[in-house]
Amino acid sequence: MLDNTQVERLEAEAVNSAKVRQPLYAARKKVFPKRASGSFRQFKWLVMAITLGIYYLTPWLRWDRGPFAPDQAVLLDVANRRFYFFFIEIWPQEFYYVAGLLVMAGVGLFLITSTVGRAWCGYTCPQTVWVDLFLVVERAIEGDRNARMKLDAGPWTARKLALRVSKHAIWLVIGAATGGAWIFYFADAPTLAGELFTGTAAPVAYITVAVLTATTYTFGGLMREQVCTYMCPWPRIQAAMLDENSLTVTYNDWRGEPRSRHAKKVLAAGQPVGDCVDCNACVAVCPMGIDIRDGQQLECITCALCIDACDGVMDKLGREHGLISYATLSDYNANMMLVTAGGSGSVNPSLVRTADGLFSDKVAHFHIRKIFRPRTYVYMGLWSLIGLGLLYSLLTRDRLEVNVLHDRNPQFVTLSDGSIRNGYTVKLLNMIPEPRTIVVTLEGLEGAEMSVVGVDLPAGRSVPISVEPDRLKMLKVFVRQPAGQIHGTAQTFKFRAEDKASFESDEYTATFNAPEIAR
Amino acid sequence: MSTEHIDDVSGISTTGHEWDGIRELNNPLPRWWVITFYITIAWAIGYTIAYPAWPMLSSATSGLLGYSSRNDVKNELAAAELAKGKYVAAIQSKTVSEIAADDALREFAVAAGGATFKVNCVQCHGSGAQGSKGFPNLNDDDWLWGGKADQIQQTITHGIRFTSDPDTRVSEMPAFGDIITPEQITQVSAYVASLSGKVQDASLVEPGAKVFAENCVACHGANAKGNREFGAPDLTDAIWLYGSGEAAIAAQVRTPKHGVMPAWIGRLGETKVKELAVYVHSLGGGE
Repeated sequence: MLDNTQVERLEAEAVNSAKVRQPLYAARKKVFPKRASGSFRQFKWLVMAITLGIYYLTPWLRWDRGPFAPDQAVLLDVANRRFYFFFIEIWPQEFYYVAGLLVMAGVGLFLITSTVGRAWCGYTCPQTVWVDLFLVVERAIEGDRNARMKLDAGPWTARKLALRVSKHAIWLVIGAATGGAWIFYFADAPTLAGELFTGTAAPVAYITVAVLTATTYTFGGLMREQVCTYMCPWPRIQAAMLDENSLTVTYNDWRGEPRSRHAKKVLAAGQPVGDCVDCNACVAVCPMGIDIRDGQQLECITCALCIDACDGVMDKLGREHGLISYATLSDYNANMMLVTAGGSGSVNPSLVRTADGLFSDKVAHFHIRKIFRPRTYVYMGLWSLIGLGLLYSLLTRDRLEVNVLHDRNPQFVTLSDGSIRNGYTVKLLNMIPEPRTIVVTLEGLEGAEMSVVGVDLPAGRSVPISVEPDRLKMLKVFVRQPAGQIHGTAQTFKFRAEDKASFESDEYTATFNAPEIAR
Repeated sequence: MSTEHIDDVSGISTTGHEWDGIRELNNPLPRWWVITFYITIAWAIGYTIAYPAWPMLSSATSGLLGYSSRNDVKNELAAAELAKGKYVAAIQSKTVSEIAADDALREFAVAAGGATFKVNCVQCHGSGAQGSKGFPNLNDDDWLWGGKADQIQQTITHGIRFTSDPDTRVSEMPAFGDIITPEQITQVSAYVASLSGKVQDASLVEPGAKVFAENCVACHGANAKGNREFGAPDLTDAIWLYGSGEAAIAAQVRTPKHGVMPAWIGRLGETKVKELAVYVHSLGGGE
């Protein structure tokens, strides 16, 4: 029944093979990932296209904000301390939105990891995406796994030199394009692009491009899987994130073992034989260079390429997909109990199959229900709660603010007619990209009048101030209260700022100080 | 040791050293690490040649690049001076009133004058320019010698009762303890106090007014509003340089105290004096 003559057998050994496992302190073994094909590979191409597309195209999106604000949809304007994201504009004091988004990203990562394992690592992590991109280049120039291994082992010839130089050159170009795209998030992209190529951009732009070119080239081209294994903390943290109901890329040894390259002979000898033909396809495609059949390991980024490779082999053998599959630990354990007859014997895969060779009904399969469990409810709830909180705060936030600083030295000044004057620094924040006239009014403080330095108006209870679009205006305000109307050494009153056109307003409670004697 | 010793367990050669049967494995450092280490050594040597480094008897080698942190400071100061140049030139060519009327210039002058004030003026006038007994509060609207920007400039330039400056502002109230009787002093003090508040014995006010008309109006005016020509204070307002109340007034009538302020032009120069004048004028009481 097992016709494995069509299956190409590969010479591949995992870099951390269980047979000869050694500590992480070891010289690197080069990894030459073979090209995989299948549904997960298709999905990864799609994710790569989307993530790279977002990264490269976002700075070029335009968003009209009127004549007083930049028209770049996503812009981190560090010089002017503004962050623009489509219809949202954030001032530095509103940075908690970014903190909130980071918290959401964290909880989201917990949620994703507890349901589908290290999906972040396997599909969307920039390291994974760029290494994938660099491997595309490597394969296009040097060929697939065997050709690359041969080239690597061979002597330095003109051809090898030419291939290597062109590969590294293209990698550097990709690196430069990566660094180049990054800086467009911090300035007007079309302008900066022009400056960048005419050599007139700021030195920091070139330095940033150079640094990111170097890191992209080093991480994506030279270090690759070592970044994940040695540098990234996430492989260590994930152990705390996974539980027995999390989906991870699993070698189902309950149907694969005992693996054999000579199934027919073994069967003829009356021994049990599993679905695994030990073709090493799963090892050959692994970008981390590991053997998933050794079980869960911190090196595994769950990119699922071994699933594609194995499913391809299973197709040729006419067996069901899923010898390597996304499975939960609880399903895996249940199936292991089946094939070992309750844990008492060695693996006998025939125990999960009926007489006609199909899987028995007792075999546990993943059900979408398992995603919904108390732990993930907590994550989902937390995530939505923070999200809704941020959204509510965003929709109801003030775009007009008034802040007041009371002069402390001197706290008050006695004037010649006996009235008392206090000085204040009043800051008006016009947080929309349009000029506005904001009326500042005194509320409370009987009989007091104010005058604003630089505003040529007689003292009064209310002063109109024109504020530039998207700017803070600082005013020096003197408030004066006649001697007879002072009640106490510290009276509270309010500065009220109001935009009569939009009816937006904000107020600040301030203190008016007077000496004892004036009462 | 001449023969290489291989560790049985790890299969790695040892350094050949042995301590009580314990040997050290000969795991060389990673090549990239060693190369980086040698690069840092080469860099350090180059650095000591390019930059000041090796101590000599009285100084140190100056380095091929001729770098010095003092030069850095000098260049930064020069750059700062250059950046201020535009404003300083404008301040030099304009009058203080013109400076006060120009938003950008006023802002610059207030900042610069504030810094000068913190160094030179706070000792008498206080860090908030609020003054104290005998030292005028510069925040209020009562000015002995005038509160217009150019008048303030004049006061700062030449000082008050500063004898070594011929243009200094001078005035001196006679010690009336030698001129009028103690009773008259009590009466006139009651009258002056009554101009801005209540007095204890109202019967003293009327004779006091007579004493005032005979002795004080020459400087303080018939309405006691003072005279800025002589720095004679307004006696009807709420501000008292040497304290309010009949007793304090009587003391000042008997043996007046007079403050002295130095002329600042020699020490600060015209530009800084102008900036100071604009700063003081901006404190809230400027006219």
